[in-house]
Amino acid sequence: MANATSALKTIRLSTNPSPTALRSLEIGNIVYLDGVVYTGREGVYTKVIEKGATIPLKLPSLSATNFHCSPAAAVNTDGSYNLRAVTATASFRFSKWLEKWFELSGAKLIIGKGGMSGKDYRNIFVPNGAIYLTTVGYGTGALLGRGVKNVLDAVWLDDLGIAQAMWVLEVQNFGPFIVDSDLDGNSLFERENKRISQGLDRVYEGTKSPILKRYGETDDRNDEVI
Amino acid sequence: MIDINIIHETAGRLMAKAAIEIPDDYHAGLKKAASQEDGDLASFVLEAMLQNYEAAKEDRRAMCADTGVPRWYVKLGNEAHILGGAVALEDVLRRATAEATQNVPLRPNRVHPLWRTDHNNNCGINAPEIEYAFEPNSDWIDITTVHKGGLFGTDYRMLFPGDGIDGIKRFFIDSLVAFGKRGLACQPAIIGVGLGGSKDTTMLLGKRAACLRVVGDKNPDPKVAALEDELVKIGNSIGMGAMGFVGNSMVVDCHVEVGYCHTGGMPMSVHAFCLSSRRATARIHADGRVQERTDPKWFTPYMRRETVEWQMPPAPSKQSA
Ligand code: SF4
Repeated sequence: MANATSALKTIRLSTNPSPTALRSLEIGNIVYLDGVVYTGREGVYTKVIEKGATIPLKLPSLSATNFHCSPAAAVNTDGSYNLRAVTATASFRFSKWLEKWFELSGAKLIIGKGGMSGKDYRNIFVPNGAIYLTTVGYGTGALLGRGVKNVLDAVWLDDLGIAQAMWVLEVQNFGPFIVDSDLDGNSLFERENKRISQGLDRVYEGTKSPILKRYGETDDRNDEVI
Repeated sequence: MIDINIIHETAGRLMAKAAIEIPDDYHAGLKKAASQEDGDLASFVLEAMLQNYEAAKEDRRAMCADTGVPRWYVKLGNEAHILGGAVALEDVLRRATAEATQNVPLRPNRVHPLWRTDHNNNCGINAPEIEYAFEPNSDWIDITTVHKGGLFGTDYRMLFPGDGIDGIKRFFIDSLVAFGKRGLACQPAIIGVGLGGSKDTTMLLGKRAACLRVVGDKNPDPKVAALEDELVKIGNSIGMGAMGFVGNSMVVDCHVEVGYCHTGGMPMSVHAFCLSSRRATARIHADGRVQERTDPKWFTPYMRRETVEWQMPPAPSKQSA
């Protein structure tokens, strides 16, 4: 597994973590998961939240971990699954569905790419006692694939297709992930952005703003595209 | 006559190879970046990526489960003939894409933009893209597949001659910072810059510069090559590393390609290939020989010709005037 040599604190965590376990997580910690995770992204959110479909899984007792991803998988002729690699997709796009999703699923861990805004952490994650884990790289598909022990189900596969179905995966030493948000709503990405922004004026020194502007464009280096 | 079955088999192998094996040039570039990275989080990310490449090769699984958008670049020798012609060629490239999606497997990423229809095979309307170029005095064809990550890291801007080199640098930094925050671009990457051409050409040039030139390659124009070097330095001095964490590795290499443009403009595009710089090439000869490689060698002197006449270089086997 990817226990990369590093001074960073590394933690094994259940996919149904206790409040104490969640409380002990600090931004920048490295996490490996054991238990069951399920995938859910725009296809699942639209189906459940906007179209009112019932989730045919016992959540959160089966799993309190929602992974924003879809696997590199194929369905074999006998109906079994050939799932080899797993990679997250960027989470900020799913912000509008999350509040409702927490309510319906009881999720405590959201895994994805790139984190969500600090505002989302404070307004949606903190009240639900939930934490955001980011995948690493983000291309560590093969390492994550190694952590998948079993495909338990692929819910709505016919309807949503391989990329959007709700894959239910039994995982062991599944990772690495990095803790992006803690129970107080702090964000690792925002902390890093702030540190980097401080040096940006020096990088931009000598360049001038373009002759033709873009509507809505600013020179504020704290801006983000998400 | 080139046998279409050989093209079909080769295309299938290239799809798997691109998805599983990180090209040597980028692998070496990333190792170098990892050895120079001093941010603790950014270093952790690069270590994990290096382990991921090993895991992918050992287990023969895709290095990244996001397939990106697989596509094809075909270079046809002027004297090459394909059994069944161009239509047969496109047919087997589409088939190879669909078969690899099932066999590797690759995530079926391609969907209809409005109806989100997914054929679960990475094929559909205008997908995969198949682009062509030609090479004089040759009877082989080169096929290259590129699986570029799809959503972030690319931008276009109409600059003007008055913006100058400073304007180019500024837009370069803008793009890197915008998509580098939170690591949306999955850096450090090979960055391609397209300068000039008409708008669509600007985009094509930048994309090809990112995906079809290897780490260490230089533009033949020494002044453009110097700009490439400078852009690498600028990118790595932003203070940002992998995943947008504090660090110093954003750019593994930078390639600039130019095209003549409107006299009043200087359009520019920036493209980040990602931590999974997936490309694989094969040359298929008329006698059935197949040579695989990871350097697409797309930009030849013929591709970059500047004047009306193209001076045919002497054919290797003949003594021509
Ligand atoms: S940008 Fe590249 S490394 Fe990142 S998720 Fe997409 S394909 Fe994978």
